[in-house]
Amino acid sequence: MTFRHIAQIAGSAMNAQSVRLNTIASNLANAQSASGVEGDTYRARKPVFAAVMGDSTGAGSGVQVLDVVQSTEPLRRAHEPGHPLANEEGVVFYPNVNPVAEMTDMMAASRAFETNVEVMARVKTMQQSLLKLGEG
Amino acid sequence: MGIDFDKALGVHPDALRLRSERTRILAANIANESTPGYQARDIDFAAALKRSAADDAGGLSLDTAGEADALYRVPNHPSQDGNTVELGSEQAAFSQNSSDFQTSLTFVNMKIRGLAKAIAGQ
Repeated sequence: MTFRHIAQIAGSAMNAQSVRLNTIASNLANAQSASGVEGDTYRARKPVFAAVMGDSTGAGSGVQVLDVVQSTEPLRRAHEPGHPLANEEGVVFYPNVNPVAEMTDMMAASRAFETNVEVMARVKTMQQSLLKLGEG
Repeated sequence: MGIDFDKALGVHPDALRLRSERTRILAANIANESTPGYQARDIDFAAALKRSAADDAGGLSLDTAGEADALYRVPNHPSQDGNTVELGSEQAAFSQNSSDFQTSLTFVNMKIRGLAKAIAGQ
């Protein structure tokens, strides 16, 4: 049945976008989480989306989150000898989170989420009017 | 002489089925708006309806639409990650398609009302 597939597709997209919003929230929350060791510093997390190609027709496919990867951008080094977490050289590492990029990504993610909510709402009205077929 | 409901309803049930199939394809395009490398698809409605009507004449089942008719969309502005979904045009197509669905539904409803009148002898 087509309508159930649509609900699954839109639902998978909403799920994927909420994972994306989760990573954005985590990145923004940890934007200033300093560390004295380079390896322990928080790195920006990004979800990897992929289409689900399981359907027999191949024409309608949902979206899945394959993985959440860490950004490989260089960390921000700051010379702050007074910082409690500074290492013996007085260097602290700050996460490689770009707050401006995260904010724009957040807007894109919430827009995409809303679009899928709208798809679900529209499909619901279509299905309801189909159920009334032959009544009036 | 009995009433053949398939003939009485005309092309509209096929159109309705194709419209709902197209809704699914467009929903998938919208869902994969941010998937890298995803190729947006759509169906050539006229060709699919013609094919569906031809199948109908042969008395075959109508579950064949979908794969053969789903073509890839040519993007106006190709993006760097290979994704060809353009949200604006997908939303417009989705909205237009759901209006068309309602139209087909109204036609089917009108046909059914006409048959009901004929049956009741009014």
